[in-house]
Amino acid sequence: MKTIITVFLKEVRENIRDRRTVINTLLTGPLMAPLIFVLLINGIVSRELDKAEKPLPVPVIGAENAPNLIDALKQRGVIIKDPIAEPEQAVRDQDADLVLRIPPSYGEAWNKGEPAQIELIFDESQRDAKGSVERLRGIIDEYAQRTSTLRLVARGISPIIARPLVVADRDQSTAQARGGMMFSMLPYFFILGAFIGGMALAIDTTAGERERQSLEPLFANPVARTKILLGKLGATGAFALTTLLLSIVAFSFAGQFMPTEKLGMTLSIGTHFAVLTLIAMLPLVFLIATLQTLAAAFAKSFREAQTYLSLLMFVPALPTMMMSIFPFKVETWMYAVPLVGQQVTITRLMRGEVVTSAEIALCFACTSLAAVIVYFITAHIYKGERLAIST
Amino acid sequence: MIELKNLNKAFGAVKAVDGVSFTARDGEITGLLGPNGAGKTTTLRMLYTLMKPDSGQVLVDGIDAALDPIAVRKRLGVLPDARGLYKRLTSRENIEYFGRLQGMDEATIAKRIDGLSKALDMAEIIDRRTDGFSQGQRVKTAIARALIHDPGNCILDEPTNGLDVMATRAMRDFLRHLKAEGRCVLFSSHIMQEVGALCDRIVVIAHGHVVADASPDQLREQAGTSNLEDAFVQVIGSAEGLAA
Repeated sequence: MKTIITVFLKEVRENIRDRRTVINTLLTGPLMAPLIFVLLINGIVSRELDKAEKPLPVPVIGAENAPNLIDALKQRGVIIKDPIAEPEQAVRDQDADLVLRIPPSYGEAWNKGEPAQIELIFDESQRDAKGSVERLRGIIDEYAQRTSTLRLVARGISPIIARPLVVADRDQSTAQARGGMMFSMLPYFFILGAFIGGMALAIDTTAGERERQSLEPLFANPVARTKILLGKLGATGAFALTTLLLSIVAFSFAGQFMPTEKLGMTLSIGTHFAVLTLIAMLPLVFLIATLQTLAAAFAKSFREAQTYLSLLMFVPALPTMMMSIFPFKVETWMYAVPLVGQQVTITRLMRGEVVTSAEIALCFACTSLAAVIVYFITAHIYKGERLAIST
Repeated sequence: MIELKNLNKAFGAVKAVDGVSFTARDGEITGLLGPNGAGKTTTLRMLYTLMKPDSGQVLVDGIDAALDPIAVRKRLGVLPDARGLYKRLTSRENIEYFGRLQGMDEATIAKRIDGLSKALDMAEIIDRRTDGFSQGQRVKTAIARALIHDPGNCILDEPTNGLDVMATRAMRDFLRHLKAEGRCVLFSSHIMQEVGALCDRIVVIAHGHVVADASPDQLREQAGTSNLEDAFVQVIGSAEGLAA
């Protein structure tokens, strides 16, 4: 045990003196997730609010053909802009979000009671313009609806005739669940934080040490290599854990500055969330540290190790992506799969759903088991002759 | 005392070490001489248990390296061919780390560092970070680190490699100092002058075999020449890979 502690302390001391490692562990890793989220959420919120309240400028061609329609639009906050010469081109070039064209035949058709056509020129692939298009279409539909009601009444027919079906929306999602959907990326950021926190040490303590030719003298000491490995894994895990802890704290803190209520969401980020997340993540941190060390042990050089570990970083993104693309129902076995278990646990906690202690225990135990298995593989590599030899 | 008995090691089809046997005694300096690629480093690596021999036996003070490698490593002070230091630690911290791994207590480590620092003339560099050390300063630190636990057997793989004239002289004096303390000193070199000047016994390795095992005088006699360099060339069969 003394040997393990000696190795652990030396690795920690040495890496604390490396400014780049410290910045990655204490700043980049933990702050990335909350920062991205605050920016993202604020961006979405301000855009949504903008869209709903701001006047909507629309270039209109042939406004003189439908003065009543134009009046109705103006009343609903649409600002009628001057016509554009080449509306299709302007929309394609994104000079205009949308253009309304009222043909000269509009007035005649309207007066005859025939469907009067107006054209809405827009680009469906422009996500930014979508809100404006939907809003204008809504206003026009409403105007059409009102007119049809008036026409029916004028002919002595009840307007109800024209509405054979009414759909009433009953959204069953809770405000917390809507928030959770948006935050399904969060577990990935926690996992990524642990990756970044441990990466420098995993490389430095194995591939780096070999490249600097200090592994061979180290192994000439009268201690078992597994003890050296355990000390190194401990140090790597400690750095990764520090990153994770800061990451959870930073996120809990940043969560209070996110205007989530404005989007009709609530998030359950508090002590309960932080503690359970930590328990679920703890074995994963060590699984990641061991995997990183294993990958670094295979690499011949520092650079090669960096390449392997960067590729390894994409692995935890897979369950996150799968889950956001394919809708799924949470099943018990999911807790038993490392990465997926943490993903499910954290997502549910955030939505304010109940995760039972049996589920947390399953997640913890199975990920721990995986970490132990990977440790034995790494220990086997560490005992090999080739590991120490750099020349 | 170090005894190697019929060591064999092959890497794939290449026989790096092929039946090497010799003994290095306490209170003597034994030189392992051979051209580059003769199998010196591989032999030493098997001796300090970094590699397992395919066959043969290594005994250090009578302990079989295959049966108790940790006890063997405890009795060895090893300066390997690879002598990387931890750049973000000071010279002292580098040495202390190895002392702790040897299981020494802090007071003994401190005392021992004082002694080694004097013997190796390291007072100026001992508390400096090793980043930016000269080759000589690095070797000194690596040697102090290797000998922190006061081992009875010292193995040094090309200890003067890359050192300037003054540092080489100081290193030779240090090796004599280790011998005077009654230790078993085994070092490898491809520099004949050095081996001739220092060694009580010379083991010449070529192509994985021991081709000579004698004192410098015996070696001259064997080859029938008064010049050691000519003697080497004659036992090895060619001058390839040797430096004066």
